[in-house]
Amino acid sequence: MNPILVFEQLLNGAGYGLMLFLIAAGLTLVFGIMDVMNLSHGSLFMVGAYVAATVHVQSGSFAVAVLVAVAVTVAVAALLEVTLMRRLYGRDHLAQVLATFGVILVADDAVKMVWGPSPVMAPTPAWLSGPVELFAGLPYPSYRLVVLGAGVLVAGLLYLLVNHSRVGMLVRAGASDRWMAELMGVRVRRVFCGIFVLGAALAALAGALMGPLMAVQVGMGESILIPALVVIVIGGIGSVRGAFVAALLVGLVDTIGRAFLPLLLRAALPPAVAADLGPLCAEVAMYALMAAVLSFRPAGLFSAKA
Amino acid sequence: MARISRTSLRTRLGATALAVLGACAGLPAAAQQPATPIKVGIALDISGPFAALGAEARDGFALGIKQLGGKLGGQPVQFVQTDMAGSPDQAKQLVDRFVQREKIDLFTGPIASNVALAVTPTLFAAKVPYLSNNAGPSQLAGAQCNPYFFGTAYQNDQYHEAAGQFAADRGFKRMVLIAPNYPAGKDGINGFKRKFKGTVVDEMYTKLGQIDYATELAQLRAAKPEAVYFFLPGAMGINFIKQFVGAGLSKDITLVTSGFSADEDVISTVGEPMLGLFNTSHWAHDLDNPANKAFVAAFRKEYGGRYPSIYAAQAFDVITAMDSAVKAVGGKVSDRDALIKALAKAQFPSVRGNFRYANNHYPVQNFYLRTIGKDAEGRVTNKTIKTVLENYGDAFSAQCGMK
Repeated sequence: MNPILVFEQLLNGAGYGLMLFLIAAGLTLVFGIMDVMNLSHGSLFMVGAYVAATVHVQSGSFAVAVLVAVAVTVAVAALLEVTLMRRLYGRDHLAQVLATFGVILVADDAVKMVWGPSPVMAPTPAWLSGPVELFAGLPYPSYRLVVLGAGVLVAGLLYLLVNHSRVGMLVRAGASDRWMAELMGVRVRRVFCGIFVLGAALAALAGALMGPLMAVQVGMGESILIPALVVIVIGGIGSVRGAFVAALLVGLVDTIGRAFLPLLLRAALPPAVAADLGPLCAEVAMYALMAAVLSFRPAGLFSAKA
Repeated sequence: MARISRTSLRTRLGATALAVLGACAGLPAAAQQPATPIKVGIALDISGPFAALGAEARDGFALGIKQLGGKLGGQPVQFVQTDMAGSPDQAKQLVDRFVQREKIDLFTGPIASNVALAVTPTLFAAKVPYLSNNAGPSQLAGAQCNPYFFGTAYQNDQYHEAAGQFAADRGFKRMVLIAPNYPAGKDGINGFKRKFKGTVVDEMYTKLGQIDYATELAQLRAAKPEAVYFFLPGAMGINFIKQFVGAGLSKDITLVTSGFSADEDVISTVGEPMLGLFNTSHWAHDLDNPANKAFVAAFRKEYGGRYPSIYAAQAFDVITAMDSAVKAVGGKVSDRDALIKALAKAQFPSVRGNFRYANNHYPVQNFYLRTIGKDAEGRVTNKTIKTVLENYGDAFSAQCGMK
């Protein structure tokens, strides 16, 4: 098998994984620490993508677009926290799922009212629109490299924040035993609001970065939510490190499944059967991984509530 | 799970809201018109998976209705428009209502073939002629053809066959074909292969609704085909083209697609990366015929300079077709046999130029090769190059028993 192709596919898998990580990190923080199942996380991702696309077209600057997208999404998230999420903290998961599901419906329709039902244009910054020759025989899209870099950078910063800062200590304390942390004098409400907003900022960053690669359209948040949920379940709910490892695993398994499973099947089975079975197996790969991990470690790879 | 419950909840909420709205809207109109006006049911898809396409169709319908002063063949008409959200279940319920409560005389609207198939039994039982403005399922083209169904736009396979013909004419030797892993995707690839003469190096089936094509692009780079045919409707195509160009593959590999993935709605989202892409279609905004010139000019005036897409043109054609048939029967739409005969003659100025229906009520029409370039104003848009298939019918009409 062509080694360059294998390497390129591994890079693709890592890139997809890091993008999932940006979304899953916020989701796992909110779910793990605040014990709130927030389905509207994907909507924040969508808002980030839409705002970034619009600002980029208007201003011509990608950096400005990303910053504005994060700022606007953070403002939306703060409003959401004050008006709705705050009331859900003590409720059971069913109430949270229903309420945040309502937020998805409202968000989708609001976006449709503002931007219309058609996907909007999210241009790639001109200086990143071409490929870079990584080494002879492998030109790689430069924009994807930037997304990869951004994912690694955010992962590093989050690691420092969670494991080597006072805020992180409160976060970890909250995740492992919320009531004890509260008894010890942690102002849980304020930490919660901060975490919710941080999660929103990460979702917005992911949306802004993904816009130029994919169609910015109504409902884009929901299709990404399911793999993100798989990631946080595999990683162990509430663990940022778990989300990172799991996101890379899911990214690699998904990419390798789609790239090489059909080839393998074609070698072993008649072509017609392989054509039907290959994509199906590739689609299932992510869930098979989740099932395998959970059967060995029911609380996920790095459970925060160990 | 989240997705399933979302759809069904929306369906129920939407249906209730629309029922209330429809009841309110229906009353005053009925009160003003003592003589029963002709009723046309229009299914819109302005929410759901085909929202962008549905919005284009809505604009085409609206322009056609406006130009006719809200009448068909000079007779007063009530256009009952409802959002069916691209969902077969919801569409079935709403069409039942259209037929039972509104007693519609003509029907049009759904974007997707599965929705079209879901509503036809009700319409056929009630003898309501259905002019399809987009969907052209093969199921209704062959043995199960029906006099009340008109595939006014096209038959699904025609599009891919036209692309295959272009690829054969152009002399491509090695091609890779990409489509989503669902029935229409496989039909698309089979349609293409029916006309393509070279070697198919690989057939890739992707997940329906896939957003990231990095894996497929890496395999394309390794397979080194001369050209790629992709059938990826809606946002899937948008993602694929953007990522294909970003990966630098457009230097060595020619992109070929059907008109769906290269129409104005996609171009306005993708922009410059689409320059040079080839696609085939039965209509183009620069087709040189008087009806089309008038339509495109009126559309651009109405909608802020935007070029109409295929979906808008097809919807506009349906309204014009209804107008000519109602005129031909002198407004007596209750005489369904006469109405069907008038519709089947297709004697209206179509924006795609001449076409006629085959015995199965699907069009025999031209297919054109288009490429994406810039117009005089610097706008990225389609340019028609030549005719690929002339007076082309479909592969199923022989199996249809209708004369």
